Amino acid sequence: MGAIPLNKRLVPPTGEDRIAAEFQIPYRQYLDASASLVAEPPEFARNPGIMISLYRAMTLSRIFDAKAIALQRTGQLGTYPSSAGQEAIGVGYASAMQAVDAMTTTYREQPAQLWRGVTLVELLRFWGGDERGSDFSVPREDFPVAVPIASQAPHAVGIATAFKLRREPRVAVCALGDGASSKGDFYESINLAGVWQLPVVFIVINNGWAISLPREKQTATETLAQKAIAGGIPGIQIDGNDIIAAHQVCSEAITRARSGGGATVVEAVTYRMGDHTTADDASRYRREELVSAAWKLDPLARLRNYLANRQWWSKTDEEQLIAECREKVEAAVAEYMKLPPPSPADMFDYLFETLPPALQWQRKQFTGG
Amino acid sequence: MSEVSMLGAINMAMARALEDDPRVVLLGEDIGVNGGVFRATDGLQDRFGEDRVMDTPLAETVLAGMSVGLAAQGFRPVTEFQFMGFIYPGLDQVINHVGRLRNRTRGRLSCPLVFRAPTGAGIHAPEHHSESTEALFAHIPGIRVVIPSSPSRAYGLLLSAIHDPDPVMFFEPTRLYRASKEEVEDSGEGLPLDVCFTLREGSDVTIVTWGACVKETLSAATQLAGEGISAEVIDLATISPIDFDSILASVEKTGRLVIVHEAPRNCGVGAEIAARVAERGLLFLQAPVERVTAPDAVVPLLRLEKTYMPGEKQIVDAARRVVRYA
Ligand SMILES: Cc1ncc(C[n+]2csc(CCOP(=O)(O)OP(=O)(O)O)c2C)c(N)n1
Ligand SMILES: [Mg+2]
Repeated sequence: MGAIPLNKRLVPPTGEDRIAAEFQIPYRQYLDASASLVAEPPEFARNPGIMISLYRAMTLSRIFDAKAIALQRTGQLGTYPSSAGQEAIGVGYASAMQAVDAMTTTYREQPAQLWRGVTLVELLRFWGGDERGSDFSVPREDFPVAVPIASQAPHAVGIATAFKLRREPRVAVCALGDGASSKGDFYESINLAGVWQLPVVFIVINNGWAISLPREKQTATETLAQKAIAGGIPGIQIDGNDIIAAHQVCSEAITRARSGGGATVVEAVTYRMGDHTTADDASRYRREELVSAAWKLDPLARLRNYLANRQWWSKTDEEQLIAECREKVEAAVAEYMKLPPPSPADMFDYLFETLPPALQWQRKQFTGG
Repeated sequence: MSEVSMLGAINMAMARALEDDPRVVLLGEDIGVNGGVFRATDGLQDRFGEDRVMDTPLAETVLAGMSVGLAAQGFRPVTEFQFMGFIYPGLDQVINHVGRLRNRTRGRLSCPLVFRAPTGAGIHAPEHHSESTEALFAHIPGIRVVIPSSPSRAYGLLLSAIHDPDPVMFFEPTRLYRASKEEVEDSGEGLPLDVCFTLREGSDVTIVTWGACVKETLSAATQLAGEGISAEVIDLATISPIDFDSILASVEKTGRLVIVHEAPRNCGVGAEIAARVAERGLLFLQAPVERVTAPDAVVPLLRLEKTYMPGEKQIVDAARRVVRYA
């Protein structure tokens, strides 16, 4: 667990100085890379039912992800960002949320979206280039993924303000990347979340890369979690490939937010196993050894070993689960392929609640009638 | 009924909306106790409380973006940006989210918000406080852009903007804030968006304008009338989308068009109006279209702002030229 002191770059106090403020950033890990417990785990980690359900969700996401890449390669999906390797943190925070909470997120959070109830077909539709994929049937108040980096952080602040104004015990969760943590949107958001003590949790998914820029060139801070301090809110770093830490720390932050305790930044250290997107070639900027080393930290294998070590999971269970996930994904792909394309009129019909009269002629022009 | 300035009318419209609709909240910098830098929100926090009239930290990106979150949650945020020159950090949100949220979720989420910002030169303000960049916003799909030109239109248009289920950028000409007073009834009635207002009927030339330039244009029309030139003055009011049918009908009647705006000429909203007349009304025209605009130059500091802004004389000259065009 250990704490990383924030004193490395501080002005050395002289004899006359007193310390105006002091900060620490805790680090949380329960399950190390070899699936051994390094700290006393929370109660749920001893519950096979819960742990298996988390594992199932992570596996479905991984299998979906591989399929999505294959579909893109064969021209059946648009550019797609792989979430492989980030399943623990995604499922970790999503499973710590309640259905009534709301999420704003980046484009790489399929594991969390699936847990929230976004369907495989909806994901395929969206990445297949069809806005109907963001008309989520289940998490009706979750935002569609935000591509402009960090622009979803202010949305979470607004949603949290709405919850607070209505005095509803609900929490807004915002997932964003290590690259996003450099943006003003993020700093402005944690600042407001701090000063208004809003029920919002920022999950900084530190996957080591922002396209080609490695984490160490992104910022000079020792952790991304310590950026929270600038906003007057707590920050904590976790092993983002440890599902127990991910679920537990996010639960603590979300519970604190729900009970009026304000916002938190959770930095989840993980790794982007794939290219940035299917349009990217990471071999241009990233050595293969880094990726093979990161596979040793794979959150999925880690959890599988944890389950197997406790005799909660057998080879047959694994084979069954994989077959089941493949079947679900194939069924979703079949449904996705069958869907008729969107109507050109949709470009106009969802622009405003009622299309202004001044735009009617353009609608006619583009719909041929 | 009472006599109010445009500022008073804007204040009255927001008070009315706060009173009538619990979903309405005001957000902005210094809008609470201070009542806003122009006092547009004067007394509203006192009357409606800190949960309805919220002072935010100085951060326009989150100000814009949190308004999106609030709007998607069913609130009706009316967000004040202190000056048009300082709304730009929020432009990312306007382009990437405000104008698209309904579309990209196929109607699941929407963005019923109003962004208010003072616009225009002429009040001896410091640098960056005199912008007329409405054309930047008019280029963005999915939003409306509205600029009022009198106390009663400010009241009615702002109320409609707040009631509207879609986002509206509402730019208030600072030069008109305290320029004149007018009887405005606090009726709670809005004025229609998406239509322009014919402020003066005429038969010889159509002059289309909006915002602060309406003032000079109306005086120009009076002067022209003395010379026997009958000018029809149209206040565009909703800058985007443009009520082009009304403009075309007027040009069909007068055969001549002058467009007046305080914004720079290049790609100004006047260019769009002229282009559409060329597309659909070329044969109505008896003279080339004229534009009276600011130059394509940086808004000068106060010593030169009078030179920069279109004046009554240039409007009269342009109207004379098109009417006398052989
Ligand atoms: C504001 C903005 N700038 C640039 C881009 C192009 N871009 C897309 S993803 C990305 C890197 C983002 O890195 P990070 O926040 O770490 O998220 P990750 O892709 O690692 O999940 C960039 C620069 C963008 N989408 N938005
Ligand atoms: Mg990253």
